[in-house]
Amino acid sequence: MGKALVTFREDRCKGCKLCTAVCPKQIIKMADHINVMGFHPAVVENQDKCTGCALCALMCPDLVIEVAREEKKVG
Amino acid sequence: MAKVLMKGNEAIGEGAVRAGCRYFFGYPITPQSELPHYLAKRMPEVGGLYLQSESETAAANMVFGAAGAGARVMTSSSGPGISLMQEGISYIAGAELPCVIVNMIRGGPGLGNIAPAQSDYFQAVKGGGHGDYRVICLAPASVQEIIDLMQDAFDLADKYRNPVMLLADGVLGQMMEPVELGEEKFVQPPEKPWAATGRKKGGPKRLINSLYIVPEECEQHNLKLAKKYAVISREEQRWEEYHLDDARLVIVAFGTSARVCKAVVDRARDEGMAVGLLRPITVWPYPTGVIKRIREKVDRFLVVEMNMGQMIEDVRLAVEGARPVHFYGRAGGMMPVARDIFNEVKKLYNGGAEQ
Amino acid sequence: MKKVFTRPESLKDIPFHYCPGCTHGIVHRLVAEVIDEMDMYERALGVAPVGCSVFIYNYMDFDMYQAAHGRAPAVATGIKRVLPDRLVFTYQGDGDAAAIGTGELVHAAARGEKITVIFINNAVYAMTGGQMAPTTLLGQKTTTTPAGRDAGINGMPVKVCEMLAPLDGSAYLARVSVHNPKNIVAAKKAIRKAFDIQMRGDGFTLVEVLSSCPTNWGLSPLEALKWLEQNMIPYYPLGEYKTPAEVGK
Repeated sequence: MGKALVTFREDRCKGCKLCTAVCPKQIIKMADHINVMGFHPAVVENQDKCTGCALCALMCPDLVIEVAREEKKVG
Repeated sequence: MAKVLMKGNEAIGEGAVRAGCRYFFGYPITPQSELPHYLAKRMPEVGGLYLQSESETAAANMVFGAAGAGARVMTSSSGPGISLMQEGISYIAGAELPCVIVNMIRGGPGLGNIAPAQSDYFQAVKGGGHGDYRVICLAPASVQEIIDLMQDAFDLADKYRNPVMLLADGVLGQMMEPVELGEEKFVQPPEKPWAATGRKKGGPKRLINSLYIVPEECEQHNLKLAKKYAVISREEQRWEEYHLDDARLVIVAFGTSARVCKAVVDRARDEGMAVGLLRPITVWPYPTGVIKRIREKVDRFLVVEMNMGQMIEDVRLAVEGARPVHFYGRAGGMMPVARDIFNEVKKLYNGGAEQ
Repeated sequence: MKKVFTRPESLKDIPFHYCPGCTHGIVHRLVAEVIDEMDMYERALGVAPVGCSVFIYNYMDFDMYQAAHGRAPAVATGIKRVLPDRLVFTYQGDGDAAAIGTGELVHAAARGEKITVIFINNAVYAMTGGQMAPTTLLGQKTTTTPAGRDAGINGMPVKVCEMLAPLDGSAYLARVSVHNPKNIVAAKKAIRKAFDIQMRGDGFTLVEVLSSCPTNWGLSPLEALKWLEQNMIPYYPLGEYKTPAEVGK
């Protein structure tokens, strides 16, 4: 699998935790600090474990998560 | 131009088609039935749509959608159905959508009957639904006037982006009179950039909406509507004067009642009484101007209606106590008879008491 | 790096007002994604209901209408009849479509109106404070069934897909859910299928989406999804209740 990058738009997160339940790698945690709305936002600790499967983004009701993946080099 | 014998209800349909109306949504109800029957045949001939809805509530909301999409659209009903449309009409007024609504008023309240009446006056002119809004209300008194007013109704609706109501009754709807239709020039409705027809990328978003969740914005919206209604009230008052110049007693009546009262004026004049008739054609905006102009010159007013006294309040508002305003009415679908109105005139003319 | 997941163009980039974990946001995104994928941004016209999701008219970036409570299918009828080549959809809650708007819903289906109803079933009236809806389950506590819905008083919950299936005018009826990724993917397919069938002109299409309401169910967002799975799905089985093949296509 190529490298993947998942970015959380912290100011939009409402701390609902739906993403944490669906991440196959269980790498999404709720931060200790609170965001501008007063919620503990979801954050990814070790980005390198992320495979870019986007299940978290699929499950997020607030478009907090963007996912990018490195194109697999062909041949 | 050759005259054609036409029934009132059908004249409404033909007038609408000639005004460029291509969509009718409605529900069956007496006494306006000949209109949907006519349009069910006529609309397809001009590439238009007649669609029968499951209720008047649905019809009013179909009108909302079609009007929001930019079409010239109408619906038609009678009192009970118009009551079901009030929510929709409030939304149409709030979203500033043009459309024409026909009310062939019948005996009320409740199921009442199907006989002619004018007892939906308050509902029409004082706003029958929720919120501060107004509906432009036109009241024809002949089949020819129906044809003429249908053109004006759609033009006024588009000019002010406001619902317009045509008020009549079973007499006007089912009588046949010769009318001049004029050549068949179909009107091209004006451009409507505000209509929500699908947003072009990079273009403005159009929104057909009456929700203003922020009170400050909702008040601004109400102030904007109020300014519009003030312009309409100033510019769109319409009425007919019949022997008003020297009149000492002025009868005020609209629609079918006014037809009867013309005969009363003629008879009174024959018997030496200076009686005149003021016939409002717009009952909103009410023709207050002419009343204010003549109120000092006359002795008294007699308001004649087919209800228990509704328009009389607007006459009193315009007379502002300058002169006594009397009332004669028949209700429940009964027609005022010329002889009885004449007796009332004779009694009042020299200062007698009201019945 | 290639973006594999981002905000669809048909969705405006503004925050949703929905409660944390409310799955309205997911369904909004799915509708917008499908409209992007069909390249129908310039021909999409949505009709917003009255309820929590009324503000869909702000969230969708294309032209929108806001209809009186329950009347969206009638408004959509008026729009589609004037603009037959547009993609016209309504987005309604269970109170909007299955209570006050039942007449409009049933007759739009009976007429085979070529529109799509996105029907959100979250078993309560949410915006107005969690009252019982036609879809509230037996025994389910709401602000107006504090002791739990009692069939003797309030009758049985309404199954909209099953109710509309016998109407020949309905061409596609499906019930889906968004309580987990697998179902979200299936829900998006159903929405795409409904829109395709609409544009093919086969008739009335509706997608019923089982959706959560953490606030009014009194559950955390994750608990709500579990509650939905364990309680709503058994009473509202997922699946396609009408497909064009049955209409002889």
